[in-house]
Amino acid sequence: MVDQPSPEPVTLERIAAGFAGRGREALLPALWAVQTAYGYIGPEAVQVLSQALSVPEADIYGVIGFYSMFYDRPTGRTIIRVCTSPSCGLAGADRALHDLCDRLGIAPGETTPDGQYTVEQTTCLGLCEHAPAALVSRQGAGEQQYAPLDIDAILAGQPGHHAAVIGSMTRVLLRDLPTDRAQTLAEYGEYTALQRALSDLMPEEVIAKIEASGLVGRGGAAFPTGLKWSFTRRAPGAPHYVVCNADESEPGTFKDRVLLEIRPHLLLEGLAICAYAIGAEQAYIFIRGEYPLATERLQQAIAEAEAAGYLGENILGSGFSLRVEVRRGAGAYICGEETALFEAIEGKRGYPRIKPPFPTTHGLFGKPTVINNVETLCKVPGIINRGGRWFRQWGTDLSTGIKLVAVSGHVRRPGVYEIPLGVTLRHVLEELCGGVVGELQAVLMGGAAGTFLKPEEIDVRLTFEDLRAIGSTLGSGAIMVFNDTVDLRDVLRRIGEFFQHESCGKCYPCQLGTQRQKEILERLAAPLPGDRQRLADIGQTMTESSLCGLGQTAAAAVLSAMRQWPELFPA
Amino acid sequence: MAEPASTVTLTIDGQSVTVPANTTILEAARSIGIDIPTICAHDATTPRGLCRLCVVDINRGRLLQPACIVPCQDGMVVETANDRVRTSRRTILEMLNSAVDLSQAPAIQRYLAEYGADPQRFPEGRRREHPVLDDNAFYIRDYNKCVMCWRCVQVCAEDAQYIFALSIDARGFNSHITTAFDIPMPESTCVFCGQCVGVCPTNALKPKIEWGLEQGLSPDQIREASRGLRRRQKPIRVE
Repeated sequence: MVDQPSPEPVTLERIAAGFAGRGREALLPALWAVQTAYGYIGPEAVQVLSQALSVPEADIYGVIGFYSMFYDRPTGRTIIRVCTSPSCGLAGADRALHDLCDRLGIAPGETTPDGQYTVEQTTCLGLCEHAPAALVSRQGAGEQQYAPLDIDAILAGQPGHHAAVIGSMTRVLLRDLPTDRAQTLAEYGEYTALQRALSDLMPEEVIAKIEASGLVGRGGAAFPTGLKWSFTRRAPGAPHYVVCNADESEPGTFKDRVLLEIRPHLLLEGLAICAYAIGAEQAYIFIRGEYPLATERLQQAIAEAEAAGYLGENILGSGFSLRVEVRRGAGAYICGEETALFEAIEGKRGYPRIKPPFPTTHGLFGKPTVINNVETLCKVPGIINRGGRWFRQWGTDLSTGIKLVAVSGHVRRPGVYEIPLGVTLRHVLEELCGGVVGELQAVLMGGAAGTFLKPEEIDVRLTFEDLRAIGSTLGSGAIMVFNDTVDLRDVLRRIGEFFQHESCGKCYPCQLGTQRQKEILERLAAPLPGDRQRLADIGQTMTESSLCGLGQTAAAAVLSAMRQWPELFPA
Repeated sequence: MAEPASTVTLTIDGQSVTVPANTTILEAARSIGIDIPTICAHDATTPRGLCRLCVVDINRGRLLQPACIVPCQDGMVVETANDRVRTSRRTILEMLNSAVDLSQAPAIQRYLAEYGADPQRFPEGRRREHPVLDDNAFYIRDYNKCVMCWRCVQVCAEDAQYIFALSIDARGFNSHITTAFDIPMPESTCVFCGQCVGVCPTNALKPKIEWGLEQGLSPDQIREASRGLRRRQKPIRVE
């Protein structure tokens, strides 16, 4: 739970009064408040919020319809969502979903006659190392993660528990940490890098250090971080904003969740340094709605840091101030796309914008904005304290430093591993993860938007350039492992379902292509004549003509599977 | 433009063309007689780059670019109808045709023919199906014909009327145009200005009288059928 329960009885008017006058940007937080209190957002609530925030009722209805964790009509008082994305699929999610529905006497998508439970099938919850996973919403109480899914605990109303599974070769972000709670401020220590930046470094010098490190974004696009900061610092217009993209939703990716859950202060220190460097006094952390534990721990860490004077007004007497606001997403993979994320903070449907203009000049509220991934910002304190050359001791000239990879599927120890860029995939699988369970058949690199590798390719070094050279991608660091008991057609079907579910529908190639691709992937075992060419044409069209990165990669895994295993795709 | 603009020179399909800066590729191409197909674009609405039918190949880039949005730049080499472009356009048209009733969209019908779109390309594809909505005296809404060009939503909102009766519900293939909680038009903020009907490219929105005549009704029968669907008078609120 994010908010403490109010001692006063909750009413729509009281909820609305808490947001009144803030305008449209308060819409998602206001909708969350109503959703949590009432279990749905009905016409009366929309009318009250429309008045309080000056947003048309039709627009609010459209926003509710965009986010899968908002409901416009009553559901069961408890909503149980079972993930059936690839890693959970390998771990028996279909069976678990079936058992749960049997226990309750309903089918997925239905509500029990007593109005107690609704069961939904859902896509990746970012708990892949504990698969199969479930996310439960309870009216009046909010969200809880169950990883692994435990039907008895859910139905008994017991809390879920999960601890991080980590390993570290370089011991920078992940080392000597409790894995079942957040590192406290006392354990983390004084924000020494922030103190150094504020007392010894001009903003330009901070940026120069980041540029010298060669750090590139860790969310998947690998854009040079220092360059992004310097573009934004120089951009005309005020205010400037920093946004942390914690909307990690790529199937198979869960490294940001682990950082948020066990090292929130590292992120906050990196965020504050970034804000100082680019001249921002307001930061937002946009975190996916499926991560309640990470959200709670992050908010506790913000409170600790504010109390200690590391965030807030006049930080450490420097005259620099920074307000940090956490915003919860509400179930939309597309909001990991940076401009769609801005739209969500602004209280709109999470449609990606056309680029250019880029966020560095026209970002949140149309203002110059740095948006960085969680892991990227977590690298900043170390670079400020120890310098770019320290960071470059790891990796290659083109892929500097360290990277977190999230490994799930058929390995002995799925988890998050910190590696120096340049180690081989084989090393990660065989040494760090304790080996493949069974006989390796395939590795999906970079998540559902990534590409498949064959067993003979796992000696590839994990760098941006080595993977690009073999037509693959490091992406966000997701590594999904499949042994020879897996029917890859089943994996492809789940990927097709994922993109069909998550396409925003703005541009035609992705809106229509993800639907048609899903239909063809569902019948791979009994294809229609011409399906192979259909998939190829849909894939080419989505890749080349879609508006944003979601559509441009929605066929990546399918097209790579067609190259690697043409026998799976009869003409 | 108020000030005399500087110009840029680029090549479109082998022809050199000089245009004012900030001219879109679509406009530049049309100025030399090269037609690029569009569905969502309309002079009265802000370009959103939705349909991607206008994609062109610029400098053989990794991605194709929407001609309705991208401004011309000096030295660009634009190909408006090479194989990559034609594959995207044909596939988009085939997918659209397999999902939506395009029978009353003459411009799109011409594109289907021009790009050799196979009407049976996606034989078992799910179609977007909606009941025809006859809930007011002025127009009917047949969203089986809706191509999600957003024009109606745009003119109802900031591009013209500031009425905000319409919105988009759901996501992806399932996204569709509707009112708040799907209420009938007379209960919405609609003022029946007719702008949405005027910009609809597929006859998904159609004047009631025209629709009625197509159903074989007489004008009197149409008027009779519309009784009771007049706008519900809301009390005027005095602040």
